[in-house]
Amino acid sequence: MEIRVRVPTALRQTVGGRSVLAFDLVDGATVDALLDAVAAAHPALERRIRDEQGALRPHVNVFVGDEDVRSLDGSGTVLQPDDEVSIVAAISGG
Amino acid sequence: MHWGPIVRWSDDLGRTWTEEDRAALAFPADTEVSLARIWQLAPGGNDEPDVVYAGVEPAALFRSEDGGRSFSLVRALWDHPHRGSWQPGGGGLCLHTVLVHPDDPERLLVAVSAAGVYLSNDGGGSWRASNAGIVATFLPGSPTPEFGQCVHKVARDAGDPERLYLQHHDGIYRSDDGGGSWAPMASIAGVDFGFPVVAHPTRPDTAYLFPLQGAEYRCNPDGRCVVWRTSDAGASWSALTDGLPQADAHLTVLRDAFSTDGDDPAGLYFGTRSGEVYASADDGDSWQLLAAHLPPVLSVRAAPVA
Repeated sequence: MEIRVRVPTALRQTVGGRSVLAFDLVDGATVDALLDAVAAAHPALERRIRDEQGALRPHVNVFVGDEDVRSLDGSGTVLQPDDEVSIVAAISGG
Repeated sequence: MHWGPIVRWSDDLGRTWTEEDRAALAFPADTEVSLARIWQLAPGGNDEPDVVYAGVEPAALFRSEDGGRSFSLVRALWDHPHRGSWQPGGGGLCLHTVLVHPDDPERLLVAVSAAGVYLSNDGGGSWRASNAGIVATFLPGSPTPEFGQCVHKVARDAGDPERLYLQHHDGIYRSDDGGGSWAPMASIAGVDFGFPVVAHPTRPDTAYLFPLQGAEYRCNPDGRCVVWRTSDAGASWSALTDGLPQADAHLTVLRDAFSTDGDDPAGLYFGTRSGEVYASADDGDSWQLLAAHLPPVLSVRAAPVA
């Protein structure tokens, strides 16, 4: 299945300026598997989303569609065909 | 802050910066720890042009042998039996100071808040706490424990590499034996709290401090911005005020926001949490405001560009 990832403006420098990336994943893949694929193709993007132990950074939110994965199964959330994943900086203060 | 700490390097005096494809600095998986902040990047010894040390939070030392493109955790300090008992200071549990002995790059000094000074004589292969003489009045037990002191910064004398100056949480100290032991310097009008300490780059026995009123009020006292200089290795201190605001100034200078440039007479530079940068071109005798209205200044470094 193809999963599209929306990259926020602040991180597009790490992917050659692109705003959307597409990854071909096996059915039933999780957000973690998606981020592993991101790491393989774009390590400088992935390490801004997850720390070196694989945890989502505290002020970074990952949305599947309109849902923050922290309100689902975290990075273990299973993706569905045609899901769109968004990387969003948390509103931290203000 | 959102995206985690990143090491970038420049070989054109900062015009352009490069980030490695793979993270230059990260904790190994077996530590189960993630990098929170990089507090210090320090060059290796005089004959080690490709060595760079990094002091980080949570408190650990990393070493690069390729000019900062990749770093490895210094395991002996990470595995030190004291580490599990280290307590964070107000800025977090950070390793904020790395000093390499100018004559022997195997001799390293690091300082951790709030664990104190640790020394290695074998290039980081083994470490020992070295805080004898530093009084920690804030601790409930012994005021002179083996470790647990809140050392804020350490600087090395220009003339005698065994002489070090140390700004502690609530005291100022000197070592004449490479950090093996410490003795109080003369008090600066009873105001011995502060963060940075800077040694003159070429003149022996000369160092600078920026005292703050105390742990409860971390600004220069009395609204007067004063740099203090010793020219006799801490036996006495002179107030330097020419060009610095002397009324209604409530300034904080953090531990890496005060530095020098290697010249004689020395250029001195400090930045404040309220976003000002002051500079002196004459050993601190006079000062001028270089910049204002900046964000909080965390670090100031000077380098010759021509």
